Amino acid sequence: MEELKSTPIRGRHEALKALMAPFGGWNMPIQYEGIIAEHTWCREQAALFDICHMGEFIFQGDFQSGGLEDVFTFSVKSIPVGRSRYGFLLNEQGGIIDDLIVFRLAGDKVMVVVNAATADNDFSVIRSRLTGGTFTNISAETGKLDIQGPLSRAVMTTAFGEQIASIPYFKFITMNILGVEAIVSRTGYTGELGYEIFIPAVKVGELWDLLLTDDRVKPAGLGARDVLRLEVGYSLYGSDIDEATTPLEAGLEGFVNFDKSFVGKEALLRQKEQGVPRKKVAFEVAGRRSPRHHYEICFSGETVGSVTSGVFSPMLGIGIGIGFVTPEAAVIGAPITIRHERISMEATVCELPFYRGGSLRS
Amino acid sequence: MSIYFTKEHEWVKVKEGIGAVGISEHAAHELGDVTFVELPKVGAVVKQFGVLGAIESVKAASDIYAPISGKVVKVNEALDDAPEIVNESAEDAGWMAWIEIADESELKNLMTREQYDEFLKNI
Repeated sequence: MEELKSTPIRGRHEALKALMAPFGGWNMPIQYEGIIAEHTWCREQAALFDICHMGEFIFQGDFQSGGLEDVFTFSVKSIPVGRSRYGFLLNEQGGIIDDLIVFRLAGDKVMVVVNAATADNDFSVIRSRLTGGTFTNISAETGKLDIQGPLSRAVMTTAFGEQIASIPYFKFITMNILGVEAIVSRTGYTGELGYEIFIPAVKVGELWDLLLTDDRVKPAGLGARDVLRLEVGYSLYGSDIDEATTPLEAGLEGFVNFDKSFVGKEALLRQKEQGVPRKKVAFEVAGRRSPRHHYEICFSGETVGSVTSGVFSPMLGIGIGIGFVTPEAAVIGAPITIRHERISMEATVCELPFYRGGSLRS
Repeated sequence: MSIYFTKEHEWVKVKEGIGAVGISEHAAHELGDVTFVELPKVGAVVKQFGVLGAIESVKAASDIYAPISGKVVKVNEALDDAPEIVNESAEDAGWMAWIEIADESELKNLMTREQYDEFLKNI
């Protein structure tokens, strides 16, 4: 077992008496005052998350001749400078090696932002597919904080000026923060209005302290982040999607551009033709019980699949979950039963997102 | 009123043949935000250390075991809609059931407050 890595601000989490636990090879804050309190603060005010564990790579060169254009399920060269795009890195079988976001920094330069646990493997897979350009892993020297919540725009403009106010969803600006160059991106993982801030790791502590001086901001841990992302139906890599799951099975075809070439395309086209063996479903529980990873999903008396994510939704007051089932059960409105040992709960297949009241696009 | 604890972190307070039952403050703190409590049915007969109900938090789901044998005569229905009472007052308002005690001699299988505090230091 490799030693757990720490972000540059572990000491600040410990000073706040955060509950720390391993996540993706990192020792991360799971909660401070409590998962539901932090979740609700994010839905109503502004929550600050330490996301320094995520990976960042830089590619510089010609996207087409350097091979980058064919690496992901979306076109890199068609992303306008100052915008970002979400999609996948696939294996030859169409399985998801990672879900990620590419930021177009300049005509010949992008930043790729990937999950923590998969970062090292992603870097070697992408590098092996490149035929030119330079490709650099800047994860260690790059810090990342997310500020999310309906008041995050007001907090950010107070701290860094009015230029923040005009950043639209999935756009970013490069600006000077605390004397260094930082990227402020209107993206996130909560369904709320919010920003992801990329800043040199040496300045993360100072930025964390500065944002927390605003009374509207409280720290939130990965526990709250997981509840927030599930309420709006975002996939968690390693739970809902993995190398054995294709974007078609996961209902994420919208992030796959079949008009271009990419690794895994032939497998996906075959699967499109033959049909998927299992499909992602979202479901609402009749009651407050929480479905959990690996619980069985039953339909018409048969086991048809299993739960990949589940939680009690504080916004809806019921249990919610995501799972994979055989296609006959993947019908909106289908009555299903979630089972585990002595536990049994009735649920109904529903549409995503579960929670629609977020400030994401406000 | 005497209070006794199990190694699974339930408590029972005994008064006039009735035992009020819940989970300890330590257990409630470890669980974090409680989101659901499965209460037993009134009239159910339970055995000491047998399953009495279940409790769920954002983080975990666990069974609750009966600290003493007997018949369930009352349950705390307030927990159906407000399970967070368990976090606010685990050893008082967060009680889960009243059990008509079948055999008070079973109390010798439980820990006193002092013994339980000592037990917590060693886990």
